[in-house]
Amino acid sequence: MSLRNRIAARFPSHRSQPGAGRRTLLVRLLRTRGSLFGLVVLSLVLFLAATDTLIAPYNPNRAIGSILQKPGLGHWLGTDHLGRDILSRLLYGARVAVLAGAISVGLAVVLGVTIGLMAGHWGGWVDDVLMCVVDALWAFPTLVLALAIAASLGPGLSNAMVAIGIVFTPAFARLVRGQALSVRERDFSIAARALGAGPWRMMLCHIWPNILGPIIVQSSLMIPQAIIVEASLSFLGLGIEPPNPSWGSMLRQAYQYIERAPWLSLFPGAAIFLTVLGLNLLGDGLRVALDVRLRQRGAS
Amino acid sequence: MAAYLFRRLLYFVPVVFLVTVVVFSITMLLPGDPAMAFLGEANMRDKVAYEAMRQELGLDRPLPVQYVRWLGKALQGDLGRSVRTHEAVTAALAARLPVTLELAAVSLGIALLIAIPVGIVSATRPNSKLDTVATVVAVSGVALPEFFVGILLIYLFAVGLRLLPPSGFVPLSAGLWPNLKSILLPALSLGLALNAVTMRQVRASLIEVMGEDYITVARAKGLSEGTVIWIHALKNAMIPVITVIGLQVGRLFGGTVVVETIFAFPGMGRLAADSIFFRDFPALQGVVMVMALAVLVCNLLTDVLYAYVDPRIRLA
Repeated sequence: MSLRNRIAARFPSHRSQPGAGRRTLLVRLLRTRGSLFGLVVLSLVLFLAATDTLIAPYNPNRAIGSILQKPGLGHWLGTDHLGRDILSRLLYGARVAVLAGAISVGLAVVLGVTIGLMAGHWGGWVDDVLMCVVDALWAFPTLVLALAIAASLGPGLSNAMVAIGIVFTPAFARLVRGQALSVRERDFSIAARALGAGPWRMMLCHIWPNILGPIIVQSSLMIPQAIIVEASLSFLGLGIEPPNPSWGSMLRQAYQYIERAPWLSLFPGAAIFLTVLGLNLLGDGLRVALDVRLRQRGAS
Repeated sequence: MAAYLFRRLLYFVPVVFLVTVVVFSITMLLPGDPAMAFLGEANMRDKVAYEAMRQELGLDRPLPVQYVRWLGKALQGDLGRSVRTHEAVTAALAARLPVTLELAAVSLGIALLIAIPVGIVSATRPNSKLDTVATVVAVSGVALPEFFVGILLIYLFAVGLRLLPPSGFVPLSAGLWPNLKSILLPALSLGLALNAVTMRQVRASLIEVMGEDYITVARAKGLSEGTVIWIHALKNAMIPVITVIGLQVGRLFGGTVVVETIFAFPGMGRLAADSIFFRDFPALQGVVMVMALAVLVCNLLTDVLYAYVDPRIRLA
């Protein structure tokens, strides 16, 4: 047996076996009502986002009826101030919410993981400089910084997603740095370094697989926040450009007619609430399911 | 404690410096020409006036020089003039800061008034009906965006019941009750989310402390449950709550942007939204800067308070 194999047998990597853990994780998730609700909401929103053009009864941007119609048989959720079908706009808004949540958090993960891994692995002045930049970004209130960046880039969904991604980067950078610092000192990392693994191999093959769990949990908790920030930016006129709808921009328009047509505000607001609630519960469930300590506490 | 404070202050300086760099860079990227914006439509074609304005604003210099000049002036309290109103940004901020601070303070007060007692009851009777209701309310509160809560409250209390005004701010000088009436709905919109987070933290932290050995000893000594909770458990349970409240200050300031816009409040949040709409970059620089500094100071105070109540922190 070669030295490499002997060390690998002595210090097994903490990578999960492919497929084996996934089933257990799903079973654990399905055990709690909150996670189950979250999974149902996530599946529903993903389905609506993927099939909006197929199942939407009307073109979301075209006036097809009289204005401010109450919910009824012709238009299940009524029409807005321009006579556009609310249900169709709500369905299109689901796609915007999914895109905003997934892409902005994806961008934050890429940036945050890169910064965090570099800071955690190299330490020293690299860590000091990177964390100082991260702390400076963290000092800004989330919405204010997202607003300023979105204003600099100009209105539009892509720019809003970039703004949210930048704003959420510090959370991932801090998390990954902390995890990388801890993993770096574990036996299997020391063994890998002793075998001559370089910095990039250490980061990508040894540290990254072992910090994946916390990143997944953090992402699941940040996606609902990203949906709220996108809705807030659209509410303030810096998200998706009209006439395309997002739940935030629908609320902004509906708010002007709160006395005459209160249902206009109710539907997009409820869509944001239910989606964020479901994703938060799913995130909490994931956190408990992946954290051994929390699981043991729950069982005791 | 002094050494800890010194260390924290030492770290504070480069972070503040980087904050100023970020604020300057972001606002420099804003689309549109500030010189054109200052000149207005009437003088837009006057090339001489345009060049003079660019010189006056320092826009003809390289960016690092512009930054140093801007920072130097900012340190002296001069944040420039608003493109829209031509009023000094510092004066605009001074007029609006008290409104936002009052709104934030009332929101925080509402959040703590609900969160601490409900969190204690939930923690002392875990899995009871009240705990379940409180948990559902807290989980829902986190999922409700401030602007949707604001719209619901306007519909319920202003349009439906006609108990409170739908928008507008009445200053404290006009009387306490009119002031409170005008601030109640926006403060509730901001406070509900904060309340949810704090309530969950109070509950979790108190449940953890109630399982500690010293609480068992206190009970074994024959102390009443009230004394055990209020005198022995709550003090320690509040330590992580302080951090959570400190971390929520950023969310509170961020929330003011949408809430002040909905309720037509003349505060910093509304100024931020208006400056983006009107491309008023000096005003936006001022608001973002003041809000970031306020969050930094709050984080510093939270750290110091945390170290004061838990000596292990400053020794680490």
